[in-house]
Amino acid sequence: MAAEKIDVGHVAQLARITLDDDSKARFQENIESILEYVEKLSELDVSGIEPTAHAAPLTNVLRDDVKKESFSRDVMLSNAPATVDDELVAVPPVLPGEESS
Amino acid sequence: MIDLKNSRPTIHSLADLLNSDKLTSVALCELYLKHAEAVESKIDGFLKLDKDIILNAAKASDERRKAGKCLSPYDGVPVACKDNITVKDESCSCASKLLENFIAPYDATVVERMKNSGIILFGRTNMDEFAMGASCENSAFKPTKNPWNTNCVPGGSSGGSAAVVAAGEVPASLGSDTGGSIRQPAGFCGVVGLKPTYGRISRYGLVAFASSLDQIGPITNDVEDAAILLDILAGHDPKDSTSIPESNQNFAEAGKKRDALKGLRVGLPKEYFEMDGLDEGVKAVLTESIETLKAAGAEMVEISLPHTEYAVASYYVIATAEASANLARFDGIRYGNRSPEATDLIGTYFESRGAGFGEEVKRRIILGTYVLSSGYYDAYYLRAQKVRTLIRQDFDNAFKQCDVIYTPVSPMTAFGIGEKSDPLQMYLADIFTIALNLAGNCGISLPAGLHKDNGMPVGVQFIAPAYQEKIMLEAAASFESVRNKQEFIPQL
Repeated sequence: MAAEKIDVGHVAQLARITLDDDSKARFQENIESILEYVEKLSELDVSGIEPTAHAAPLTNVLRDDVKKESFSRDVMLSNAPATVDDELVAVPPVLPGEESS
Repeated sequence: MIDLKNSRPTIHSLADLLNSDKLTSVALCELYLKHAEAVESKIDGFLKLDKDIILNAAKASDERRKAGKCLSPYDGVPVACKDNITVKDESCSCASKLLENFIAPYDATVVERMKNSGIILFGRTNMDEFAMGASCENSAFKPTKNPWNTNCVPGGSSGGSAAVVAAGEVPASLGSDTGGSIRQPAGFCGVVGLKPTYGRISRYGLVAFASSLDQIGPITNDVEDAAILLDILAGHDPKDSTSIPESNQNFAEAGKKRDALKGLRVGLPKEYFEMDGLDEGVKAVLTESIETLKAAGAEMVEISLPHTEYAVASYYVIATAEASANLARFDGIRYGNRSPEATDLIGTYFESRGAGFGEEVKRRIILGTYVLSSGYYDAYYLRAQKVRTLIRQDFDNAFKQCDVIYTPVSPMTAFGIGEKSDPLQMYLADIFTIALNLAGNCGISLPAGLHKDNGMPVGVQFIAPAYQEKIMLEAAASFESVRNKQEFIPQL
């Protein structure tokens, strides 16, 4: 298993979560000790063992490609923090320096 | 009259009262609302309890009954819902700041099934944020207290659901169980908690934490009630692609069995009973209960679950990995609190998630992201999934020698609020419940006695093979009828 230490700041970037310095330091410590504990999984010989991704023996559960009832637009927008003309979800500028329209 | 200070009416006894016109649903709900009002300041189990919604539904139930149009024998009985299960037009916060203003636009399948039976939805219960925790201390809003000792935790993550049933505020509730989150709080609070076989109850409308582990289940005052709710909630759901085919078992019937222990082979996993951290007082209750099982004719079989010591590690890789993916949807864009701090799109993700998620949630997302990241996926996630297979095989092998497996629910009784501040220590407390979620089997926890020193409830767990809820319920119901005649009612 990995011998390098986790870089919490980098992973928080990947997870799109802002962390202040206190949290970063605290998490660094917590997560390092959890990963140290998790190292015990490397004691086991898992050669030839299939991974279990799901607890129930179901695969490729599909339905017929037939249009069904879904939610209306206003239901979909009912929890949106900001909307445009009751039609669209308003989002902040995608590129920095862009003006929001 | 029903005295909620000193008794815990069951769903089946309340149904009898309602159906023989001795009580109306409105009167029943008013009784529970009054009691909840009296004790909630000590327990803090509910996040929302809307009197008007409840009494309107109760009134409609009474009208149906008067017209001879009851939807089921349980029409008019109140049941509370954990705040991560959607009820149309009611809030669904998952005890998180991020979703504190979110109003669900649809009913979860379990809620639809309860409404179709005429059950009254009685409030939204507190939980650990996004179901991540074992004590209810990770709720963004408030910690719930254990009704047996309000300085102690009720357990988690369905702490609110367990506490309100134990405190007599409602006869039953729904919780969700990913690593023990129904069974452990039920054990800590002296009530019954059931985790069905994975796929038995639809997850449509359950806010996902770890999709291959999550299951909804009932928390009740007796095994028969848990069986009754299982009948109502279970079933194939085309809206949940992990939903298993219809069962033809009559669970309610199984919950009435009293003589299933005779000749039943009960497996005792030596790794559980010989565990270092198993509290002496908990062990004493277990030992006494084993004598009770023997006296009722059960045959105790020593079995081994050799990979027990790897369950917590495997779980915390798999569950956090799945959580990191499931919680990616909470970005402040389409729903949830959007941070005003950000000036651009990506900043919105960072700031909304940074401000909206609590500490434990952030920690698990970061851990989960790491174990899935390039270069680490094989070493952590893939390996953990292989260990998961080994754990499943342990159970499959054990069930060749026994019909049910019997274990403690937790190595200790309910700990003090604030006592477990180290996350890893909190994770290790899940040791007896966690393997079941990895394997997918069903399990039920119920109280066996009180701890001789601290007087707190001690829970025991019956585990059955996947799809065998019938034998699990029969065994648990039979044990319940012969265990010490203790009534598990805390003095509030």
